[in-house]
Amino acid sequence: MAFAAGAVVMIVLPLIGLLQRVSWSTLLSDLSAHDAFVALRLSLEVSLGALAIALVFGLPLAWILARHRFPGRALLRGLVTLPMVLPPVVGGIALLYAFGRRGLAGQVIYDLTGWRFVFNTSGAMLAAAFVSMPFLIVTAEASFRSMDRRGEEAAATLGASPAYRFRRVTLPAVAPALAAGAALSWARALGEFGATITFAGNLPGSTQTTPLLIYLDIESGHEATALALSLVLLLVSLGVLVGLRDRWLGNP
Amino acid sequence: MSLSAQVRLRLGELDLGVDLDVDEQAPVAIVGPNGAGKTTFLRALAGLVPLDAGRVSVGGTVVEDPAGQIRLAPEERGLGVVFQEPRLFDHLSALENVAFGLRARGVSRNEARARAEAWLERVGLPQVARMRPRQLSGGQAQRVALARALVTEPAVLLLDEPLAAVDMSARAELRHLLRQELKRYPGVRIVVTHDPVEAAALAERLVVIEEGRVTQDGLLVEVTAHPRSRWVADMVGLNLWEGTASGTSVRVGADATVVTADPLEGSVFVSFRPNAVTLHRRRPEGSARNVWCLQVQELNPTGDRARLRLGGPVTLVAEVTAGAVSELSLADGGTVWASVKATDLVAYPV
Repeated sequence: MAFAAGAVVMIVLPLIGLLQRVSWSTLLSDLSAHDAFVALRLSLEVSLGALAIALVFGLPLAWILARHRFPGRALLRGLVTLPMVLPPVVGGIALLYAFGRRGLAGQVIYDLTGWRFVFNTSGAMLAAAFVSMPFLIVTAEASFRSMDRRGEEAAATLGASPAYRFRRVTLPAVAPALAAGAALSWARALGEFGATITFAGNLPGSTQTTPLLIYLDIESGHEATALALSLVLLLVSLGVLVGLRDRWLGNP
Repeated sequence: MSLSAQVRLRLGELDLGVDLDVDEQAPVAIVGPNGAGKTTFLRALAGLVPLDAGRVSVGGTVVEDPAGQIRLAPEERGLGVVFQEPRLFDHLSALENVAFGLRARGVSRNEARARAEAWLERVGLPQVARMRPRQLSGGQAQRVALARALVTEPAVLLLDEPLAAVDMSARAELRHLLRQELKRYPGVRIVVTHDPVEAAALAERLVVIEEGRVTQDGLLVEVTAHPRSRWVADMVGLNLWEGTASGTSVRVGADATVVTADPLEGSVFVSFRPNAVTLHRRRPEGSARNVWCLQVQELNPTGDRARLRLGGPVTLVAEVTAGAVSELSLADGGTVWASVKATDLVAYPV
């Protein structure tokens, strides 16, 4: 009992600590300050970009993992979840050696097109996608695998092509689970710090997302801005939780 | 248009080897015990289960031939399936469900709607067009599923136990609708069922599948009059013995020989109706030559009649009046004399 209470204290007390230091009177002006506003807008852009990457690349992978048998599937399924447990800083360094200017693929891309991810918003998106995509893939794969396949069979006998079946039968059937996975993935991308700062850098307007600015502000004594931005991220997280409560908190 | 299938496949315990040719003359019912492979056979025709060997062709077009590396997907076979459960799409209205196959084939929205509406009307459900499948009763849902399969006018219509998941109360009405629609549908029609009443109502030709093989195939009247397996005999409620004939005398057991009306030679089946059996307290005098003293193994009263399973030199089911049961003071474990007239025994070659 006491230990359980300890757990609650460990989770709730920091929240209270955060809320009691927020400077409510200057909240709006803190948030509309130029660099805070830029970071928030960039965060929205980066997190949505990461979500788009996850949907475009992650969904097909989730489908293949769920519906096709091939050698190495179990290994691939394990690999996909690696970023969920990998320290983000390590992820950032790994990204650097893959997509950095001197990286395995980054060098080729730079030589061919002059494009670089580092110090570029696309780099921040890539870093956020790296850490957040597994949340979408795992949720989507589970729902593709566990859904009732009898509707798809019926659709096939009615003359529906695989693409038509996917669009009109499979997708609607897994939509709630997919939305939950997407929300979770987006929330994770929004909070991404370690991989972003290691891989993409900390350039205001390009790669300095909200968590990066919070860190910088707290280090440099701009406590009010840091707290205001933290409050925004906290509210977004709570919003996602409330949105997912039926799926994650077991409410009927 | 016709369907020709030689299906060879193994699936779990099942070893399926069924040859079947069906034209569009009349509906065909496939019957057989649970686990015999009826549903798997249907799924193989539909392309939902791959063949190991054999060939399936629809109207002269080969849709599957493992040896020739041909395997058309279900959506390319131009057939319609009604499953045991309605399998409607939950997120679509009843009307959108019916229109689904047309839309999938590229029919315009308006035309698909109009044709779907006409079909909903035809299955007697114009009022449910905008309802979701969850709001429909089991019988209504299965009607919508039937309309959904028929609206695309498939060359081959496959029905897998279409009444099994429907409430008893709605079943008779749905069976009547199915009978009507199957009768007038101009394509190949195959319905799988384990219910003899359903088979008799829906089809003219009966194909019996047992343990993955066709054990009997013929017109309904032929099959029901001349069962060739224990399962078919039970289904149609006849007694069935297998024996060796020598003229009108048939040896049906180690110490049992029966006399029939028609002379035959070699292996034969002998069948007779349970109500052709007469029971006596003492050994009957007179002309009946098929007489045995048997033990009552089971006594099942059903209304004003009773069915008795009797064992001894031969095993048979007798059906007598409730009056006879009390008159003969019959009870489980007792003995009784049973006789059957030679003219009531139908013998036919194996």
